Amino acid sequence: MAESGGERVEIRSASKIYGSVQALDGVSLDIAPQEFVSLLGPSGSGKTTLLGILGGFIQPSGGLILFGGRDVTFTPPHKRDIGIVFQNYALFPHMSVGDNVAFPLRARRLPKSTYAKRVRSALAMVDLAGYEERGIAQLSGGQRQRVALARAMIFEPRLILMDEPLSALDKQLRESMQIELRQLHKRLGATIIYVTHDQREALTMSDRVAILKDGKLVQIDAPTRLHDHPNNAFVASFIGEAALLPVERVDAERVSLAGTVLATSRKMPPAGDLLLAIQTEKLLVADSTDAPGRNRFSARVTDIVFQGESLRVFLALDGGATLSLRQPSHYEAARRIPPIGERIQVSLHPQDTIIVPKGD
Amino acid sequence: MSAIDPSDRYRRREQGLMLLLASPAVIVIVALVVLPVGWLMGQSFYDNGFTLENYRRIFSEDIYWRSFMLTFRIALMVTLLTLILGYPVAYAAAHVRRPWDVLILSFVILPFWTSVLVRAYAWLVLLQRTGVANQVLERFGLIGEPLALVHNELGTVIATVHILLPFMVLPLYSTMQKIPRELMLAGASLGGGPLHSFLRIFLPLSLPGVIAGLTLVFVLTLGFYITPELLGGGRTIMISMVVSRNVELYNQWGAASAVGVVLLVCVLAIFIAVGRIIPLDKMLGQK
Repeated sequence: MAESGGERVEIRSASKIYGSVQALDGVSLDIAPQEFVSLLGPSGSGKTTLLGILGGFIQPSGGLILFGGRDVTFTPPHKRDIGIVFQNYALFPHMSVGDNVAFPLRARRLPKSTYAKRVRSALAMVDLAGYEERGIAQLSGGQRQRVALARAMIFEPRLILMDEPLSALDKQLRESMQIELRQLHKRLGATIIYVTHDQREALTMSDRVAILKDGKLVQIDAPTRLHDHPNNAFVASFIGEAALLPVERVDAERVSLAGTVLATSRKMPPAGDLLLAIQTEKLLVADSTDAPGRNRFSARVTDIVFQGESLRVFLALDGGATLSLRQPSHYEAARRIPPIGERIQVSLHPQDTIIVPKGD
Repeated sequence: MSAIDPSDRYRRREQGLMLLLASPAVIVIVALVVLPVGWLMGQSFYDNGFTLENYRRIFSEDIYWRSFMLTFRIALMVTLLTLILGYPVAYAAAHVRRPWDVLILSFVILPFWTSVLVRAYAWLVLLQRTGVANQVLERFGLIGEPLALVHNELGTVIATVHILLPFMVLPLYSTMQKIPRELMLAGASLGGGPLHSFLRIFLPLSLPGVIAGLTLVFVLTLGFYITPELLGGGRTIMISMVVSRNVELYNQWGAASAVGVVLLVCVLAIFIAVGRIIPLDKMLGQK
């Protein structure tokens, strides 16, 4: 399949109102050609509405959508030339795999003689070579997923939208498909907009992740930046497994957590109430060999949950606030966790001491 | 494996229980349908000993042949007309928002609450020479003469279509409603214009409903009696009327039975032929 090149997508203050519900509230986004952007948010955040607007199934109440500089806000879906992979694949049950994949070619009235070759190469691309004659009902969930992908790619769209395409697969398959999708994206060179509510999936695959809440865009950034520089408490709590603890401002570089002063090398919000966002994997069991300058404090172990490769240790501070840390489950690390009810010394690097504003 | 696998015994017990559940209906059907029909079939071959006279008459006398042809022609017309009228109604009902689908279906089902007899007379009033239909057409100057809308084949077809329309709309609606909306969205996103997506996705997926509707309406029309009797004007002799005349006028049970048997065989032959031509299981999707 030839390089199709990516489409530049511009969303200019898109809004959608259903009756009295503001499903989407002035969202603006610029997506570069060949970028992989995830729309991440809880249900009701407006991510599916935004995808519907991009696909042309939903007309926005306000705002503009531009593909490559062209205004497509009211262009019907079949004239947008975008590949869409739906949540439950939306394969046509009465057609064979080959006919499903050839649908975009038929719809565009391309010369019939080219079908077989293009279908073959599209199926090869998703590792389903030779599946042309199979019925949809004979396929497993993962195979259906691949057919849907092949069908969305065969006409070499410059933009592909994906609506939680992996949510119906089991965990292992999902994780291997995530890696495959990433590689496919590099080969195709198309722009991909990917809707998901799974933050891990979004972080794994995307160049940038846009976080939506209540129809508004909260933050759009590269995964690592999102993780390390959350704009507010919502992003901090949505990404990773963060505990949010109220802290008092001491000065420009220090806060006080239930009486313990913690240093931070992160920029602090200029004013207002503060929260400390602690990701479970950044909180360590304190050790005599710790680098100097780490913040230390003590807590009580309230529960230890074995989760296979790691232990999640639930802690309570003296003030009653709760947080948790993750410890690898191998013997050396696990034996450093005292039994439930005992006290534990933990430490947090100033770089990982992330302070966010309390309000929205 | 030994013979006393407890799971086997369990399965057999459950199987027996299921058959027991079905048995009252089976008994009723055997007693009230299979036995009388069997008796009638026997009658058709009996006249003081075995005879094929009843069948010989059907195949040699013109009136039977004409009546069969007329019946099948009317059934075909009614079936096609109900499909043409019913498909858009079912499509609309399957696609509009909540209160509207209920409204549409209510209008489809409402006539069910009136007896066939009453509806047939209502059509008589509407369609007769001085009826509402002709008066309206004349007033608007569309016709000079009243049209012969009733007391003929046309009247029979009009009224039968009306009465049988729900039997087309309901199976269509129930099939269409189960077609995932996403499939049409997918069709559009993949470049299929509305007509292309309809012809390639929606129509084929609605075919099971079409076939169910066609079958129901066709078979029901074949047996229609009151409507052609009242609206056919004595000239539209459908096969059910031939049966009834044989019994009521001539007390010829054997002849009447033979007509019924021939009709039954014709219908079965048609369905087997249709089943051969149209691969039904393929249409229903290889589930």
